[in-house]
Amino acid sequence: MANVLIFSEQDTGAFELLSKARELGTPAIAALGKTNVGGYFEYGAQQVFVGEDARLSEFNADGYADALAQIADASGATIVLIGSTKRGKELAGRLAQKLGCGAVMDAIGLAMQDGKIVAQRYALGGNTIATDVITSARQVIAVMPKTFEAVKQPVSGETVRVELKLREPRVKIVERKAKPAATANVEGAETLIVVGKGFAKQEDLGLAEALAHALNGEIGCTRALAADYHWLGEERMIGISGKKCKPRLMVSLGVSGQIQHTVGILGSKLIVAINKDKGAPIFKIADYGIVGDLYQVVPRLAERLRR
Amino acid sequence: MEIIVCLKQVPDLQQIRIKRETREPVLEGAPFVFGAFEKNALEEAVRLREKHGGKVIALALGNAKLKDTIIEALAMGADEAVMLTDPAFAGGGSAGTAQALAAAVRKIGKFDLILMGEGSADNYSGQVTGRVAELLDLPQITYARALSVEGNRVRVTRDLEDALEVVEAELPVVVSATSELNTPRLPPLTAILKASKKPIKTFTPADLGLAADQVGAKAAVVQTLSNLAPEQERKQVLFEGDADKAVDELLKALQKENAF
Ligand SMILES: Cc1cc2nc3c(=O)[nH]c(=O)nc-3n(C[C@H](O)[C@H](O)[C@H](O)COP(=O)(O)OP(=O)(O)OC[C@H]3O[C@@H](n4cnc5c(N)ncnc54)[C@H](O)[C@@H]3O)c2cc1C
Ligand SMILES: Nc1ncnc2c1ncn2[C@@H]1O[C@H](COP(=O)(O)O)[C@@H](O)[C@H]1O
Repeated sequence: MANVLIFSEQDTGAFELLSKARELGTPAIAALGKTNVGGYFEYGAQQVFVGEDARLSEFNADGYADALAQIADASGATIVLIGSTKRGKELAGRLAQKLGCGAVMDAIGLAMQDGKIVAQRYALGGNTIATDVITSARQVIAVMPKTFEAVKQPVSGETVRVELKLREPRVKIVERKAKPAATANVEGAETLIVVGKGFAKQEDLGLAEALAHALNGEIGCTRALAADYHWLGEERMIGISGKKCKPRLMVSLGVSGQIQHTVGILGSKLIVAINKDKGAPIFKIADYGIVGDLYQVVPRLAERLRR
Repeated sequence: MEIIVCLKQVPDLQQIRIKRETREPVLEGAPFVFGAFEKNALEEAVRLREKHGGKVIALALGNAKLKDTIIEALAMGADEAVMLTDPAFAGGGSAGTAQALAAAVRKIGKFDLILMGEGSADNYSGQVTGRVAELLDLPQITYARALSVEGNRVRVTRDLEDALEVVEAELPVVVSATSELNTPRLPPLTAILKASKKPIKTFTPADLGLAADQVGAKAAVVQTLSNLAPEQERKQVLFEGDADKAVDELLKALQKENAF
């Protein structure tokens, strides 16, 4: 059985990976910059490696990668699973280089085949799903959050304190401004209204809100509206760098349907698109579409649904 | 300031067709472009040079068509370019690419800052960034949405899921750019004409002191077993013309589907 080492900055992610790791081998987890480690045993961690070092009190990619490489050596782990958050991703690349091994990022599926890890990931900007096998002796895989279900399986594992040799962090954190907590759950929504740059002004989003209200749905958006315009929170952004959704009904308004966005909506049961350009790629992945001006169509649609 | 910007040439992903029967992507015929985030990286480099003086070097590993896109980088304001186009570099994946890029950076020698995209347009993994930083033993600062340099220190605002983090580090350092960092300029025609006169160097693996098994397919540690478009069967029924009528037809169709 392979020794699997896990690290995730988020506990929910760690629990998901521990649950999956039980299938792949013997799970162990690295608790870095953390004091409360009991929860990991609930999810089947055979060992919890605690690195008590003031240099790990704040996340820094280089230092955390260094610590994980040392723990991987100490534990004899051949597979390292990392939660694919932004911090997790920047860490995973660095760690793979330290271990001199192959890595797959943003894995959306994982299996053991003939003793080797096989991972799925989006490729070509979301056009395709690639199935990769890592051929090096050790393997680092950053796994997308929510890929696996967290299932409790309590064990009486052991806590191992490791002596780490770390250098002083070279990147100093000067200030941290927390973002407002997420107010939307687009991943869990049954009905989703997705807005794009077809909306000319932020005030006009009221049209989409009226429709969402009539359908009892949640509002999601393309990257531009969240990341560039800041009209909506990032937790609503859908696509390869945002959320992946699987509503029963999704209605897309003024969205062109670029591949980086549509990866996030392919899981939808029914896709409806409203766009004034008949040639917009969104119509290629829609079940139903209206070719028309959203400013004309959306108020009428909301009005009819209210009745 | 001497700034190296790493740019990856990719086929325009919007123009990739999928073969209906096999779900395989067809890359032939798609024009080549640089990734969006790498343009942000390049724009930032050019702005830093405009402010602090120095030089911007565009560095790219790619195929025989790389020169067309390198010219674009030079037109946007890079002063020089280094191309790694030897066929021996091909097929190395993130690990092989990082080896080659790091070796090219060492060969260039003098630099204060390496700028990359938060992810390449096709892989969007950010893996190369961490690998290059590790190979060069440099600190890394990813997901930059604001950047300034004072003396020998860089100050960056990082965009993370839960927070904006302001960090500082001493140069040299590797920084990756998000789309919020700036708006890349569109070079005027005159700049495009002048660009082809700027110096372009091409290095082979031997120039970089890399053995044959350290680059390209021989250095690859990830093998892609298959690469297919996900299955999608959609009805693609479109309603056009009068808005009231179209809404009417849509609602009828949705009712039939039990969508509500
Ligand atoms: C590496 C990478 C990662 C990315 N990740 C993501 C991601 O996760 N999510 C994401 O969304 N994007 C992502 N993008 C950006 C993506 O490529 C597209 O640029 C983006 O999705 C386009 O957003 P949009 O459809 O809102 O805007 P546009 O492409 O500008 O489309 C606007 C649409 O609105 C229509 N329209 C305009 N006016 C009206 C009207 N009055 N009525 C009806 N229709 C109208 C137009 O016809 C057009 O089709 C990424 C890009 C890269 C390079
Ligand atoms: N072939 C390449 N040539 C130059 N730079 C690259 C290449 N591949 C990746 N990079 C750089 O590394 C960043 C991250 O790439 P990736 O790990 O593929 O997401 C990109 O945004 C580029 O700046």
